[in-house]
Amino acid sequence: MSAAASPLLEVKGLRMHFPVTEGVLRRRKIGEVKAVDGIDFAIARGDTLGLVGESGCGKTTTGRCILRLERPTGGAILYDGIDLATVERSALRALRRRIQVVYQDPYSSLNPRMKVGEIIGEPIKVHGIERDARRRAARVAELLMLCGLDPSFADRYPHEMSGGQRQRVGIARALALEPEFIICDEAVSALDVSIQAQIVNLLEDLRERLGLTYLFIAHDLSVVRHLCHHVAVMYLGRIVETAPTDEIFDNPLHPYTQALLASVPVPDPDVEAARAFRPVTGEVPSPINPPSGCVFHPRCPIAVEGCRSARPELREVRPGHFVACSEVV
Amino acid sequence: MSLALPNETLLDRSAAGRPFRRSLLQRVLSFCVREPMGTLGLVLVLAMLIAGLGADWIAPYNPTSNDFTAMTEPPSWAHPLGTDQFGRDLLSRIVFGARTAIIVGFTCAIVGGVVGLVLGVASAYFGGGVDMLFQRVLDVMMAFPLIIMALAVVAIFGTGVQNVIIAITIPLIPRCARVVRSSALSIREVPYIDAARTCGLGHARIILRHMVPNVMAPFLILLTAFVGQAILAEASLSYLGLGVQEPVPAWGLMLQGGAEEYASTAPWIAIFPGLAIALTVFGISLFGDALRDALDPKLRDR
Repeated sequence: MSAAASPLLEVKGLRMHFPVTEGVLRRRKIGEVKAVDGIDFAIARGDTLGLVGESGCGKTTTGRCILRLERPTGGAILYDGIDLATVERSALRALRRRIQVVYQDPYSSLNPRMKVGEIIGEPIKVHGIERDARRRAARVAELLMLCGLDPSFADRYPHEMSGGQRQRVGIARALALEPEFIICDEAVSALDVSIQAQIVNLLEDLRERLGLTYLFIAHDLSVVRHLCHHVAVMYLGRIVETAPTDEIFDNPLHPYTQALLASVPVPDPDVEAARAFRPVTGEVPSPINPPSGCVFHPRCPIAVEGCRSARPELREVRPGHFVACSEVV
Repeated sequence: MSLALPNETLLDRSAAGRPFRRSLLQRVLSFCVREPMGTLGLVLVLAMLIAGLGADWIAPYNPTSNDFTAMTEPPSWAHPLGTDQFGRDLLSRIVFGARTAIIVGFTCAIVGGVVGLVLGVASAYFGGGVDMLFQRVLDVMMAFPLIIMALAVVAIFGTGVQNVIIAITIPLIPRCARVVRSSALSIREVPYIDAARTCGLGHARIILRHMVPNVMAPFLILLTAFVGQAILAEASLSYLGLGVQEPVPAWGLMLQGGAEEYASTAPWIAIFPGLAIALTVFGISLFGDALRDALDPKLRDR
């Protein structure tokens, strides 16, 4: 970790429990979906943290909490010393300029009724960064160029563009407010592989040039390995392992991480055939009623009796390498 | 933040030229080719609009002046649609009646529609308690059929064009809000609304700039239906003697009184205003249906 002393973003014990209600006249709470159940991580300025895990593990909800699209039910999200979980509306507006997001689906993330120039220019206008229309148009052109699009695209509607081009527009909109922190919520998952590579390179290029910090939410491990400095693995609302990228790929310690990495096919057919791949058995349990103790224990190959009752906390087993498993030494 | 030019290799120039877009005339022409029934509706609506707006020049007689030498005349060269029991020229009254129908129909539909649009989208956007409150109030209003609600409003405010407009506008609001809300609910969950919130946009801006334009297609179709409904409601109220009052020419009013009395001896007094109402509402419905297909943004540039 380059600047462990003062991380840009520090998430402490974040919880997001959605109530499950029943009844028409009198709504009763019959349970809660523990989408995020007490997670901790930190991102240093200029770093990229990859948040990986299967669908429904709470990684997108974590991103939505940091963006304050959801108000977390517990914990703290310290952004440059300010707690995003409890910040006032007025202060939040200023923070919105500093934290932006790129979405997964390049089709539904752009308003189909607005031209590209309006989509990118609107935040600039609303925040009063550039009130003069002509200078704002010049700034939009600059942002389009920066994201690898011809400035003439400003006059287009999103449905007149390809998926990759639209994703570049999404990135340009995120950059319009000159943020320092960008959440990429599966930002390349919906694109085909050749376009993925272009967008990944663009994100990497922008990070270096503009000094951005990313939270990269993904399930594609090869993209994460290429782009991220650190990786946090989530399972059922909890972080089970976090370490620098090379460390976690070379030496995964948590049984879930090991299974996740083993599930990535190897491009060489001989190696692939020789590999002893054991998929994780069973289904992901319901986050409404998660297993007691370690949430992974019903599917874990190395679980012991103690895993049923005691919830393992993240502990540092090597420098910078944290694992939430009692059986890992 | 410094912004230098990116690597040329990253620049996506594919199809960078301005895309082909069609002019309004070309769009209207392709609408006519693809939607012949819609075009028929459009022609009927246009005929009614021209009649109403140009009534002063089109009508051969003053619609309120009586010619006691020509009462209950059948259609003739002098009076193409005949005259009523007071010797008033029916064509002139229908043409001026179109003006009343336009004023009432369009004002009610637009005012009721726009108020319903904003209420419906806001209800969906805020959700929770606000949505609950709005919807229950609208439920109460919807419990009354349009004409009953309008009768109640007229009973409170009295008759006359202005009060008829109020009476018909109020029951249209919940009908619009309900339909718009259901479209807006699906749009609220779309990422571009989240993106707008993340950019720090205010509630009003998100509702008006991001949500309202995306419920425009169902809204415009609803609006055309409302014009027809409002014209029908106005005719009904006038027929019941609770709407527009004599001597203002209005189609519903023309069906009342003399038209009933002379139904067998001078049927043209009832037939022509009735036809005017029927053709106008029919035309609006046809046009509205065709508009629904034509307004889909993904089909528009085909």
